Amino acid sequence: MYSNRKYIISFIFGVIALIYIYKLFTIQVLDMSYKLSAESNVFRKVVDYPARGLVFDRNGKLLVYNESSYDLLATPNRVPEFDTADLCEILGTSVESFKAEFRKAITHARYKESVIFKQIPKHRYSYLQEKLYKFPGFELQKRTARKYEYNAAAQVLGYVREADPKYIEAHPYYKPGDYIGVAGIEKSYEEQLRGQKGLKIYIVDVKNRVQGSYKDGEYDTAAVVGLNVTSTLDIDLQLYGEKLMQNKVGSIVAIEPATGEILALVSSPGYDPNLLVGSDMAINYPKLITDPYKPMYNRALMACYPPGSTFKTINALIGLQEGVINQTSSFPCNGGFRLGSHVVKCHHGGSLDLVSSIQHSCNAYYCHEFTKIIGDPKYKRADSAYSNWRRRVQSFGLGTKLGSDLNQESGGILYSKNYYNKFYGEGHWSAYTIISLSIGQGELGFTPFQICNACATIANRGYYYIPHIVKKVESGDIDKRFYEKHDTGIEKDYFETVIQGMYQVCEMGTGRSARVSGVEVCGKTGTAQNPHGKDHSIFEAFAPRDNPKIAIAVYVENGGFGATYAAPIAGLMIEKYLKDTVTRKDVEERICKANLLDIDAQMK
Amino acid sequence: MKERGQSVFFSLDWIIMVLYTALLFMGWFNIYAACYDDSHDSIFDFSMRYGKQLIWIGVSYVIVVLIMASNFRLYSVLSYFIYGAMILILTSVLVVGISSHGAKSWFEIGPIRIQPSEFAKFATALAMSKLMSAYNFDIKKPANLFMAIGIIALPAGLILLQPDMGSVLVYFSMIFVFYREGLSSIFLWLVVMGIAVFVSTLQYPLVAVMAGLTIIAGVWYLAFGRSIIEVLIAWGAVAAATGLFWVINHFLLDDHYEWHILIVGACMLLLPGVVVYSFLKRVWTATFVWLGLIGFFAVVFSVDFVFNNIMTDHQQTLIRVFLGLEIDPKGTGYNVEQSKIAIGSGGLWGKGYLQGTQTKFNFVPEQATDFIFCTVGEEWGFVGSTFVILMFITLIIRIIFLADKQRSAFARIYGYCVASILFFHVGINVGMTIGLVPVIGIPLPFFSYGGSSLWSFTILLFIFVRMDASRDELL
Repeated sequence: MYSNRKYIISFIFGVIALIYIYKLFTIQVLDMSYKLSAESNVFRKVVDYPARGLVFDRNGKLLVYNESSYDLLATPNRVPEFDTADLCEILGTSVESFKAEFRKAITHARYKESVIFKQIPKHRYSYLQEKLYKFPGFELQKRTARKYEYNAAAQVLGYVREADPKYIEAHPYYKPGDYIGVAGIEKSYEEQLRGQKGLKIYIVDVKNRVQGSYKDGEYDTAAVVGLNVTSTLDIDLQLYGEKLMQNKVGSIVAIEPATGEILALVSSPGYDPNLLVGSDMAINYPKLITDPYKPMYNRALMACYPPGSTFKTINALIGLQEGVINQTSSFPCNGGFRLGSHVVKCHHGGSLDLVSSIQHSCNAYYCHEFTKIIGDPKYKRADSAYSNWRRRVQSFGLGTKLGSDLNQESGGILYSKNYYNKFYGEGHWSAYTIISLSIGQGELGFTPFQICNACATIANRGYYYIPHIVKKVESGDIDKRFYEKHDTGIEKDYFETVIQGMYQVCEMGTGRSARVSGVEVCGKTGTAQNPHGKDHSIFEAFAPRDNPKIAIAVYVENGGFGATYAAPIAGLMIEKYLKDTVTRKDVEERICKANLLDIDAQMK
Repeated sequence: MKERGQSVFFSLDWIIMVLYTALLFMGWFNIYAACYDDSHDSIFDFSMRYGKQLIWIGVSYVIVVLIMASNFRLYSVLSYFIYGAMILILTSVLVVGISSHGAKSWFEIGPIRIQPSEFAKFATALAMSKLMSAYNFDIKKPANLFMAIGIIALPAGLILLQPDMGSVLVYFSMIFVFYREGLSSIFLWLVVMGIAVFVSTLQYPLVAVMAGLTIIAGVWYLAFGRSIIEVLIAWGAVAAATGLFWVINHFLLDDHYEWHILIVGACMLLLPGVVVYSFLKRVWTATFVWLGLIGFFAVVFSVDFVFNNIMTDHQQTLIRVFLGLEIDPKGTGYNVEQSKIAIGSGGLWGKGYLQGTQTKFNFVPEQATDFIFCTVGEEWGFVGSTFVILMFITLIIRIIFLADKQRSAFARIYGYCVASILFFHVGINVGMTIGLVPVIGIPLPFFSYGGSSLWSFTILLFIFVRMDASRDELL
């Protein structure tokens, strides 16, 4: 009776067993999500943050280092009721924002620690550590904060900031809470400076209590401290430059011609780099960014000005190389160069040769010379001659990005022939149309950085190395490109003539105020026309004449003629760098006291 | 030819014995893994659960020997007496018992805790077998059926008062025994279907269950010789009704309801039609089955509605605790989720013995008792957990086939009781760890930590093994 029902019952049991096995197969073999959940359950990955590399100046003086800083962490489920107001007072934050962070931590994970307050300033930290026993569930995590030794070179050194989500998405190495360099050396050498984060994997239980390290630390990695970087900066020169530029808008760039190493790079006004450290950043960054003088804007690298008369040296060299003039060519100057009813004025008379044309910065000479360059019969057409001229200008690193390791460079303005062909019509323009280029005005815009590099090229008699801000990275060379010679293709001999002119500028010409006793300084004044106000004062120089050690470009916005401010500043800088002490204290005092910011305000 | 009085160990079913021993020791190894701790290195550390479990296992073998040495007729003779004693014990535990997990279900005698509801299973099985093996007993007679149900209801009711819903549910497994003894298959199908619907609604949206049932309805009709046209008409009717609802919903109600609600609606309309049709065609089985299904849906819907919309949170919690659905400390389904994570993270081959992290670090609740299967899943993977399930199903089917060989009705019925109870325990326990059934706290036989559970299953099983060993001697 009913004996066959054993089959039905067995069948039902078997089918249910098969359903179970199928279900096990789906969750154990097919579905990977459970494995991930299991990992996030038990693994507590503790990041070991390495100290960022240090930055030294060329003489081994420490510029940037790290200071211990602490983040406050909280594990919400371990936090009993506590005196919020008390803790907030210690931290120096508002109760509302603290509560908001704490709520965020609760929603993130009750059993896991979250950062509640970042980068606790030093003076608050020690007090907090004393009182921490009153706040169970809170702990301090050691991090490091950047510290800048000098109130100088802020735009060169840059700053670090917490990586934002967008950046993290593009760069998977970074995780929320990591810091990255966002400007200057901090940015360019981020990969070397940051080091390598370490990771310790702990196993935690359901209450997030550590049970030991995972597989005896087999998968742990140790943090690797960031590499130290030696900058090419001479911090004393930099400081001096910033001192001279106080209360002025402008830049100083100083390069060692033989290597392309940047000795000083001043963009004024600057700011104290320590303003952008830790929790202070939130307060100071908006202030800096809205400052009308734009202290975070690196004028030396990014501001384009017409080169003015400093450009005459370039045109002289191009003319010589193209053979349209020679070392003895002279042009008449009767107080200017006449172009129809228009006169490009000059401040002297008579007929000048090449050397004196530089010494006296004769406009007429270069107008004549430029018409010869552009009208050179070799090239048949003005636009081909122009293209050749432009190529030669570019060979000095002008009007192109130099490719330095400071990645905020702007390229400048140096239009191709197409621009003029479009503007005036093909064949409808000549040297006379663009005559202002001859004296560095018109459609030209170069950065102080580029002008300084051009000056270094002249100092080198025909070549330059890409200017760079880092000399050495610990256990490794800097990029190969900084060792490559960039030659202008202009004969060395021609440079000597131009340099003779530049020497006379400082000895008895427009740049006498740049003269340094006992040093043969070669320079050239310039005035960048400023449609918005008083002209900008420019001076480029190098010294000593033979075997130059420093090439410098000085820009003082609204400083008037090059001789007024730029030349004496260049002179003082050269003296400071070559002789270490400045003898002309009166000049120094006049420069330091000059306040051109008010004038600027009046102009507006 | 075996002689009477010769040792029963010759006629003992060695397949069951081997499976029993294997399960016991696999269980112990997993308890060891679940409680393993570097600071206690001896397996004989009796402060640890694995140390204690070794004692319980040792005692189990003493029990096995005692049962095997006993007279096989004893159990039939003493069955009512044992049952009566058990009723007394279950009554007294309500008075003098101590509470644990919100249920008053333990006796505490010195250091030992005993859970009488575990032992009530074999006592009830004995009494049931005694009743149903009576010469004039016929399960088809309602009076007899109610007597049998009464035998179950008495201990079940007492256990419900503790309250320990999990242990009560086990008695529902007796439906398989009733079925084997001649109960109409309609009841079995109703129960199976009810369980199937209940379980599948936990897994899938109701719509899928309804749609599936509609398709089964079609297959059913075909299987019973109905014309294919009728089936197609039935399916067409579902589609048409769904379409009609969609039109109404889309144009008149502004897409107020999700599409699957519409299919449910259509099925609900159709089911009464099927019932009426079956009734008119005089297909009684179909009529009953579908009527039952409608009733089941009605209950599920109304219970759901009352539970979710009328009861307060506090009342809901009370109900959950009463039903043995454990209190959820961290929101809906935390325990099940952690249990699934533990098992799921085991992968194909598992993490290796003692390498489990989810169970070891307490992410899984009750990892040595009710959730011991998580350790199996995590450390031994799909291969290991499938092996364990196959061991259990082999044991159960072996018992069923041996039971059917018994000459004595008492032994046969008792064998079916054993198989059904074991199956139910394994099904509920494993099912809850992988999220197939709600979390109902009952142990996995032979695996879970705990003396009461282990001894009661040993007694339950070996009374049958003892009777089977002497099956040739019984009338």
